[in-house]
Amino acid sequence: MIETMLAGAPRRALVALALLLSALVAAPLFVNAYALSVLILALYYAYTGQAWNMMIGFAGLLSLGEAMFVGLGAYASAGLFQKFGVPPVLGLFLSVAVSAAAGAAVGWLAFRFDINGVYFALLTIAFSEFTRILVDNWAYLGGSEGLFLHVSGLAGWDIVNLRGSPVMFYYVLLAMTSGMFLLCRYLLASRLGYYWRAIREDQDAARSLGVDVFACKMAAVTISSGAAGLAGVVYAFYYNNLFPETAFALSHSIDMLLGAVVGGVGTLFGPIFGALLLTPLGEALTAATDGLRLPGVKQFFWGVVVAAIVLARPTGLWPMIAGALGLDKVGLDKVDADEKSGR
Amino acid sequence: MLEVRGLDLFYGDARALDDVSLVVPEGAVVAIVGANGAGKTSLIRAIAGMLKPRAGSIKFRGAEIAGLPSHRVCDLGVGQVAEGRQIFPNLSVSDNLDVGAMLPRARAAAHANKAKVYEMFPRLSERAKQFAGTLSGGEQQMLAIGRCLMARPDLIMFDEPSLGLSPALARDVFDIVRRLNESGVAILLVEQNVAASLSLASHAYVLENGRVVLEGSGDELLRNDAVRRAYLGL
Repeated sequence: MIETMLAGAPRRALVALALLLSALVAAPLFVNAYALSVLILALYYAYTGQAWNMMIGFAGLLSLGEAMFVGLGAYASAGLFQKFGVPPVLGLFLSVAVSAAAGAAVGWLAFRFDINGVYFALLTIAFSEFTRILVDNWAYLGGSEGLFLHVSGLAGWDIVNLRGSPVMFYYVLLAMTSGMFLLCRYLLASRLGYYWRAIREDQDAARSLGVDVFACKMAAVTISSGAAGLAGVVYAFYYNNLFPETAFALSHSIDMLLGAVVGGVGTLFGPIFGALLLTPLGEALTAATDGLRLPGVKQFFWGVVVAAIVLARPTGLWPMIAGALGLDKVGLDKVDADEKSGR
Repeated sequence: MLEVRGLDLFYGDARALDDVSLVVPEGAVVAIVGANGAGKTSLIRAIAGMLKPRAGSIKFRGAEIAGLPSHRVCDLGVGQVAEGRQIFPNLSVSDNLDVGAMLPRARAAAHANKAKVYEMFPRLSERAKQFAGTLSGGEQQMLAIGRCLMARPDLIMFDEPSLGLSPALARDVFDIVRRLNESGVAILLVEQNVAASLSLASHAYVLENGRVVLEGSGDELLRNDAVRRAYLGL
């Protein structure tokens, strides 16, 4: 497995990755609390952006309901913790299972009846809204008044209960993002990854070559939504409160996919790059215009950025930057370009 | 090798195939000719498992394959080169070929098969790292055929392989079909180039409005007045 992942990735890319990782590992030593909170947010979007990218970028399935998967994962582990005292370290299994099952259900419905493209996207929005309304009316989990977690001290490192300082959440998210990156790299080089890209390119042609299109798409939504469910655990325990209105909001889904769109859909590193670029920019803008009383300035900025990217660089920024740094064609960029895996 | 009996296929209420029967013997080239909308592509897609027939039987080497999912049909050795080439434009030529070799039946020999495909189509080997979308129309057709060969099919169904190619390239394609057949692969050929496909085929069927209206050896049909008038403009 390790050989497969390293195949075709020359030293230059590995060195670049190692440098970035070291910088991120060391970052909490050098930044203040506010900057750390921005970094936490950036990593959260890097991780969820990668999960989203797995569907659209690898398999060509446009989901606009990521918030459903994250929200379900959040409510599952938060509910277990709050109602039964089950620590999130165990609760996360339920989170991943519930989110993956929700993804599989939506996928089954869609692919069984050959719903693709924007229709699939509409279906994911619809289910996300169903879920929001359902949880909104579920008094047991707090309903629209929200679910609150006991906060017992914001210091320390209680990983088992995910109770601790922001630094702990930062490292948890850094580990998750790194793990997700490796998983994506592995999947892309696997047979499933080839099938996904074949389906993305031309579903009919893939089928004519004997690709089990239904099974491969099911794998994509299930893995991706399960991964998003894991992000929900961190979401719940970092914020300590959950509201259906925000957790399942369409804007939450949009926030998660923006980084990937800006970085480059279908690329391996694009979602990380996009989130690390966009989140601090958005926060800086909010901070800079704080005194001006301009509500919605961040959303406006996102809109402009996305419009500019879609018009000028529909493939995202990362392929261009990877090319300039000489990191393209090495598995950091589109794995498609060449690079052979050790199959 | 392939035996289709009484195949009925519907799109909703619209009948696409009406009681179609045909046989492709081991090692033969069988052609299906007919106008646009006659049901040729529907027939291929039904055999490939991509469309579900309402009635009838499709036997491959004696085993019933009607209703099997397409990946199972493929894995039994039924390959197809679909209409309009359908290559993966944003994958490299090499990756396009690799996707063709991922069925269980093809995995072990993928390396050797690729070498064979490159030997057959040297242009593909020169362009192995290029995105397939940058190939010319003729090269894309070579790639589509090569990709199909990666799965080592025993029967290949060609859907309009010369469509959109220049006469010279179309001749090349027919030449490839002949060579493949000589190497032992059975061929089911759907073509709008009726003259070329009939002269290649040992047996041929004329499809009209989803029904087989005429069949015979390629030569017979070439001499048939109705065929000459309708498809050859003579």
